Amino acid sequence: MIKYTFYFIVSALIALGCFIAYERHYHTQIPFVPGQSKSVWLIEAKVEFEPEKKTPILVSLNIPDKIPGYKIFFEQSSSAGYGFSVVHDATQKRAQWSIREASSKQTLFYKIQIAQDQSDATSQALEYLPQYPEIIWTKAEELAKQDLLQKALARSSNDETLTRELIKLFSSVSMQESSSLLLLNKKRVDVINAILNEAGVKSRVAMGLLLEDARRNQSLTPMIEIYHQDRWMLFDAMTAKQNIEKDFFLWQRGGSLIELVGGSNAKVSFSMVEQNMPALELAMAHYDDSVFGLFSIHSLPIEEQSIFKMLLLLPMGALITVLMRLLIGIRTSGTFMPVLIAMAFLQTTLLPGLITFIMIVAVGLMIRSYLSHLNLLLVSRIATTIIIVIFIIVTASVVGHNLGFNTGMTVAVFPIIILAWTIERMSILWEEDGAKEVLIQGFGSLFVATIAYLVMQSTLIGHLSFNFPELNLIVLALMMLMGRYTGYRLFELYRFREFKDN
Amino acid sequence: MPFLTSFKTLKRLGILGMNARNVNYISKYNDRKLYPLVDDKLKTKLLAQKAGINTPKLFFTLSRQHDVGELQKRLEGLNAFVLKPARGSGGKGIMVIASREKELFVKANGEKVSVEVLMRHVTNILAGLYSLSGTPDVAICEDLIIADSLLKSYSYEGVPDIRIIIFRGYPVMAMLRLATKLSDGKANLHQGAVGVGINLQNAQASHAVMEQSKVLVHPDTKNKLSEIEIANWHELLELACKCYEMTKLGYLGADIVIDQNRGPMLLELNARPGLSIQVANATGLVPRLKEIEKIKEIDPDPKNRIDFVLRQNWF
Repeated sequence: MIKYTFYFIVSALIALGCFIAYERHYHTQIPFVPGQSKSVWLIEAKVEFEPEKKTPILVSLNIPDKIPGYKIFFEQSSSAGYGFSVVHDATQKRAQWSIREASSKQTLFYKIQIAQDQSDATSQALEYLPQYPEIIWTKAEELAKQDLLQKALARSSNDETLTRELIKLFSSVSMQESSSLLLLNKKRVDVINAILNEAGVKSRVAMGLLLEDARRNQSLTPMIEIYHQDRWMLFDAMTAKQNIEKDFFLWQRGGSLIELVGGSNAKVSFSMVEQNMPALELAMAHYDDSVFGLFSIHSLPIEEQSIFKMLLLLPMGALITVLMRLLIGIRTSGTFMPVLIAMAFLQTTLLPGLITFIMIVAVGLMIRSYLSHLNLLLVSRIATTIIIVIFIIVTASVVGHNLGFNTGMTVAVFPIIILAWTIERMSILWEEDGAKEVLIQGFGSLFVATIAYLVMQSTLIGHLSFNFPELNLIVLALMMLMGRYTGYRLFELYRFREFKDN
Repeated sequence: MPFLTSFKTLKRLGILGMNARNVNYISKYNDRKLYPLVDDKLKTKLLAQKAGINTPKLFFTLSRQHDVGELQKRLEGLNAFVLKPARGSGGKGIMVIASREKELFVKANGEKVSVEVLMRHVTNILAGLYSLSGTPDVAICEDLIIADSLLKSYSYEGVPDIRIIIFRGYPVMAMLRLATKLSDGKANLHQGAVGVGINLQNAQASHAVMEQSKVLVHPDTKNKLSEIEIANWHELLELACKCYEMTKLGYLGADIVIDQNRGPMLLELNARPGLSIQVANATGLVPRLKEIEKIKEIDPDPKNRIDFVLRQNWF
């Protein structure tokens, strides 16, 4: 019974760790692998106009709000002397610039940085359907329109296919007569949109940008968007191509792009550039407000963060020690001393760390061997050793610094109490079991510490343990599993080498 | 001899590994709250006296630094005695005084020391120098064991002792430990003592090892190890088995010495007995432990338990 509970707890821990980590990854886009970069588009809208003299000016630009498939994580306007604010009304988001008066040609900039994000692309509300002014058709146009619609209806089965077929018919040679009549003095998207609306399809004209690297002086491209099966679908009005969200950034849905009071000749042009940003930074910048952002270590002050960065590595180091002791059977001096030494190595780096550690313990052992002649009581002997260790560290730091080694200073990170106990234990071991045992345990400890260091300093482990602290639940489960491991240790193959098959 | 054996061989021969011992036997059968009974030799001794189990005679104990000054007075009239820590491990901190010469005390190895040396030794014991975790300890002064002359002839210095593994009150394996020059008079296998596997059913030596390798004669005394046969074997086994009732520890190592005059005596108990006994016996513990685990009800009479084990053919 206890056995089943145990395995239940272990698998629950593993499942929970995986689940939270996946959810965090999904919702915050923090990558599982460090060093990943994501492409980001920097789009700049340039508004140019000629102001009227001595008139207050108000410029209002339609700007993107919630765009499915994209996340906006940075927006900014630059326009000297203008008051700037972003206003939301029921249907749209607008950037407003205002100034009391201006002379000569004015240029305003609005910059936005966006990144693709498919995490909320499931279903969308039919939030907004603009009312289009009714188009008055002539008799001939009415006939041509009906002709096209009937053909498209005959070839389609639902709103999606109808839209596609209708767009195709506008390009087909056989229908050229009808379509060219309709397009004589009207825009193609408006015509298609109007026909679709009349046919009962929920459609609208969406204005957006085709994302292409390093383009300047671009204008918005109109597209047909229909609401079908609980989501909006984009259609290229020229080619009937679908699923173009990836390269098409919706800027505006209905309403006017630019409204200008107190000026004329307003012109909006866009330029864009593709940039690469570390995925982690991107995730950090935008997701501070999600649940995971709230309960993440990133919400702590930087100083505390670095403490937790070390702290969260500790379980991995402990796991290494558990594996080394239970699977391999390496003897160490003090159960978790190697992990603490490895933590110190993280700051001194490996080789200088090893050298200073061996030096401190060796010098400490020499002085300690003199202490044992003095027959001190245990507590005062340990205390004495602690002070000796401090002196060794201070001396090493000063000498190291004066000789020009930077490592001299980092020596102070070694856990002093642990070092003192290590020296004490080694010294007693030396007296009782001889130098051989001291070397075995000393080497074992350093070996485990080195392995733990190599694992802990790997960028992947550091990245995962810090950004996905819940993965430590899996480490915990593994440790618990190891606690029930009853197999042989590797070293027992040597210990019991007398036993052989006969 | 091959340098390594294989997992398969160990498994097939039923060798008990460290992890399996800890998980399947020690943590399962030994209640942690009972550990102090065996970790503290003074407690074991008092418990044994109450249970009618023979142990070396206790002269006195010293528990406070203040008492150390009285040592000389307390030692009056004692010629041969042992000073040891109550919670020492692995035979650490044991001082054996074999005789007295005027004001001086003669140690087992012939070294003569003054009472001041003994006082300092007691001070060290009290400070916890030899105790497992360095905690303050109690010093025990007890009667010196005069080793049985026959067994003594096999050992180089020191007193040979017999380690018996008791599982749920049933004896499962036994080994005689003989000190060597290499082990410095100590009976610890990892320090270089000779381990002689003793057949539970006929009390005869079955196999012997030193430093993990098979030996036929004692390296110092040159006596043939295969000729060893332990006298009063049943009495000895009974004494060991009684320790189960005494401590309630399911997986237990009993260290027993045979005194020339007083016969078998319990020296100390171990709740985490080592695994080298398998090497000394050239046999694995697992099959035997599994057989004992099958027993549903433990016979309350140690004699019956011993009879049960001696009747089995799985030894």
